[in-house]
Order: sequence, then C-alpha cells, then structure tokens
Amino acid sequence: MSDFFNEALWVLLLGSLLGLELIGKVPPTLHTPLMSGANAISGITMLAALTLIIKSGDNLPLLIIGSISLGFALFNVIGGFLVTDRMLAMFSRKKTRK
Amino acid sequence: MTFITPLKFAIDLLAVLLLALGIKGLSKVRSAREANRLAAIAMILAASGVLLHSQGTIGISRDSWIWIICGTLIGGLLGAVTAKRVPMTAMPEVVALFNGCGGMSSLLVALGVALFPPADVADVAVAQAIRNFSIVVSLFVGAITFSGSIVAMAKLQGWLSTPSWTQSKARHFFNILFAVLALIGGIYLSKDGQNGLFLIVIASSLLGIGVTLPIGGADMPVVISLLNSYSGVAAAAAGFVVESQLLIVAGAMVGAAGLILTQVMCDGMNRSLVSVLFGGALGATSVGSGGGGEYTNITSCSPEECALSLEAAERVVIVPGYGLAVAQAQHTLREVTRVLENAEIEVTYAIHPVAGRMPGHMNVLLAEADVPYEQLKEMDVINPEFPATDVVLVLGANDVVNPQAKTDQSSPLYGMPVLDVQEARTVFVVKRGMSAGYSGIKNDLFDLPNTSMVFGDAKKVLGDLLLELKELGVGSKG
Repeated sequence: MSDFFNEALWVLLLGSLLGLELIGKVPPTLHTPLMSGANAISGITMLAALTLIIKSGDNLPLLIIGSISLGFALFNVIGGFLVTDRMLAMFSRKKTRK
Repeated sequence: MTFITPLKFAIDLLAVLLLALGIKGLSKVRSAREANRLAAIAMILAASGVLLHSQGTIGISRDSWIWIICGTLIGGLLGAVTAKRVPMTAMPEVVALFNGCGGMSSLLVALGVALFPPADVADVAVAQAIRNFSIVVSLFVGAITFSGSIVAMAKLQGWLSTPSWTQSKARHFFNILFAVLALIGGIYLSKDGQNGLFLIVIASSLLGIGVTLPIGGADMPVVISLLNSYSGVAAAAAGFVVESQLLIVAGAMVGAAGLILTQVMCDGMNRSLVSVLFGGALGATSVGSGGGGEYTNITSCSPEECALSLEAAERVVIVPGYGLAVAQAQHTLREVTRVLENAEIEVTYAIHPVAGRMPGHMNVLLAEADVPYEQLKEMDVINPEFPATDVVLVLGANDVVNPQAKTDQSSPLYGMPVLDVQEARTVFVVKRGMSAGYSGIKNDLFDLPNTSMVFGDAKKVLGDLLLELKELGVGSKG
C-alpha cells in the first residue's frame, strides 16, 4: 500500500467529519447563499485540472482535455463566488443603513 | 529548491483552514459575506500553491502555460459574466448550472487520466487498483452531477416539463438498469484501466437524467443541494486520481456539508430525502385522492376593492411566494408597501421556510427590493399574530397557506408546516388562475368566506393596486 493512499484515506475521513460538523443550525435566509458558496468551493477540482495540464507534457489531446476541464471548473468557481457575493451584498447593504 | 515542498505544504494547510472557516462563516448572517471572500482567497492560494510547486520542481512548459491561461480566461470570463447578468429570480437555475460544470470538470480529469495514464504511475498493484477505483468514482459521480444538474436547470427554466411516463414505476427499472450498466463498466475499468470507460460515462449520465427528470419543481432545490454534495464527492475522487490531499479535504468537506444542508432543507419542507428521490412529483400521485374536489365558494374581486380594504387596515401581512418570484414583482410590491407605510399602516412579511424557488430565496429577492430585514418574519413568529391582522395579501403562494395541512388527515399535505393566514380578518389571494400549486392539491383557503381572489399576474395586480391606492390618496402627504 503506497503511503499516499494511506494518508489520503485518513484525510478523506477527517475532512468528511469536519464537513459534517461545520454546518450546524443554518437560518433559512442563508440556505441559498450557503448552497451557492459551497458549490463554488466544489470547483476546487480546478487543482486537478491544473495538475493534469502540468503533467501532460506535450500530449496535445490531454492538454486540451485538461484545459476544457479547467475552464469548466473556473466557470464554477468564479461564477459561484461572484453570485454568492451578489446575494450577500443585499443583506449587508441593509445593515449599514440601519 | 528544497524549500518549495514545505512552502506548498504551508499554503495547502492555510487554504484548508480558510475554506473551513469560510463554510463555517457562511452559515451565520453576520459573517457570511466575509466568509465567502475568505473561501475565494483560499481558492486563489490553493491554485498558486499548485503552480508554484510545479514550477519549482518539475517545471511548467510553455505549452502548459498557454493552455492554463486559455482555460482560465474562457471559463472565468463566462462565469463572471453569467454571475453578473443573471436576474436574482433565476438563482436556482444558475446554481444548478455552475454545479453541473464542477461535476463535468472532475469527470474530464478522470477521463484524461484514464485515456492517457501518466508515465510516473506507480507499479505497485494496490496503488494502481486504488487509482483505477478513484477514476471510476470520479467518472460515475461527475457524470451524474453533470447530467442531473443540467436536467434540474432545464426543468427550473421551464425548458423541460415532467413527462407523465416518468411517473410510472418502470422508471425504477430503467434507473436500476443504468446503475447496473455503470457498475459493470466500473468493474471492467478498475481491472485494466481502459475498457468500460465510455460505458460508465454514458450509463451514469443516463442515470442522472433518469433520477432527476421525474422530480417535481418544488423538490428541485433539495435535488440541487444533493447534487452539490455529489460534486464535492467527485472533487474528492479527482483528488485521489491526481494525488492531491488538499483536493480530498476540500471535496470531502463540501460533500459532507452539502449533505447536512440537504437534510436541513428537507426538514424545512417536511419531506424526507427518500421520498424526494424515489417518490416522484408530489402531485402526480395524489390527484383524485384526499384533497381533491371542486371549489364551491370562490369570491373574486378587483384590485379596487382590495385597495379599499388595505386603506382601512391597520395591520397588513404580505405572504410572498413562488408566483411573486416568477412575475419578478418584488419591486412593485415594495412600492405598494411604501405607500402603506406612509399611511402608517403596519406592514410585515410572512416568510415560509420554502417561500420562493428555494429555501431562503425569497429573503434574497425581498432584500434586492430594499425591504428592511426586520420586517421579514419567520413562520413561527408570525403565526400567532394572524388573528390580530386586518388584511393578508397572499402573492403567488399556494401550498404554504393551505389549511388542509393542519385539518385534513387524508391530505398529502398533512403535517407540512403552513402559515395560518385564514385566522386573519380578510385574506386576498393574488393568483393567475385557479390552477393548483406544486402539490396539485385543492386549497381550502380559497373557499373560505373571508378569502377573496384577485386574478391576474402578480406584477400587474400590484401595479393596479398602486394606482388605486394613489387615487384614494393613501400615504400621500397633505
């Protein structure tokens, strides 16, 4: 068994437990923004796409697949964070006026 | 370059910490916006960590840079434009679209690694097997996330309806068939890493479509939330494929947090996850059973009469719903309530947990229209106040104000938390026609003597109402 996978399984387990604990009681107001924010974070798969491109050397098909994958991931990440910010901005604007 | 590996390690740790704080902060109103930025910074850190480390160790070729920049620019620009342009009412579709793309990204990574196995692949048999297994999971979950999200988006946009044949029991057979085919593909793929690749992609895509298509619009937010959780799982699987611990942690966190959020949403709608996924659309099975029947005592009235009642009222409660969101009438509503407030009529908004098109969506829409946050009352707070209310204005909401949920045990809605609007003195229901809500169930509220229907598109009715109120001189100084 390689070292990486040994460690990776621990990481997977602890990461999942952390995720379960992070969100306790969420006010209904935040369901939509939270979903959209978590969605943006799931675009972290862009790291995998980056790694794929970097390691592909001069393999053109692989470069193309990696690049498309990166595009999809960044669409997810950038769009997700911006749209979440837009939603949350509406809540905070109210607070400053108060 | 010995310092580069510890540096990468430190960056990764920091990124994970920020991501965790980000998710945590997003669940509190006060810290949500900063938390979102924190998470965004974490992502930038993580990406620069990968680039730095690769540049410092194996080096990044010019070709790679070109393709990285291409992908980043195109994906990022499209994402930014979409995020800026989309109207707030279309939020559920957009989240579904973004989510599907995340799933697609994980799928493509696994596909790339499977088609062109990297030269440095470990020749340890076990490592090879785990890698192949990760590829299978990544393909399977990624494909389901993508096809499911796209179907969810199309249904929310109204591009796809719920075909009646999808409600038959046969769909379970087909879905099981797709699952089995995907499993067979998976077994082949994990054996030698080549065969079965496309079988699994196609079968899992079909499975995603088959599971999502029969689900009714009201349950769609739960599905999107679940698919969001899946895209985290897909990312974690991709992390195993490219051996990135950061990716595994982040994916696992999003996957688990998404699952909790899905559960919270289900609780708010009084639905179990199992019945959402396998029960099909709520209405299709319940038509004709308890809760059916004809309306016998419908009173319809004009915006003019409605305006007169509003003028005489002291306490008004607005119940906004899906119809308001669809008609994009939140700004017109705000104008109406401003007029009422000027006339010193107390206005509050009763927000059902699932008002709008997904939980919390109505709060976002009303916030966009400048409604003060303090005027939004949650269901538990507002329910005891209805008996002391003069006029309730129900705007495009239906099932959430159906008294059957409390009175009729045979009703499919029975047990769902609802707003007790019938307790108020007068209720006006603004609605486009007599069609049923999501559930397809008759609403007893419409038959009550103190309920009047104002037929028409929410935006148009509110516009008329505004004119009438101005003619009556309500709220004008002098």
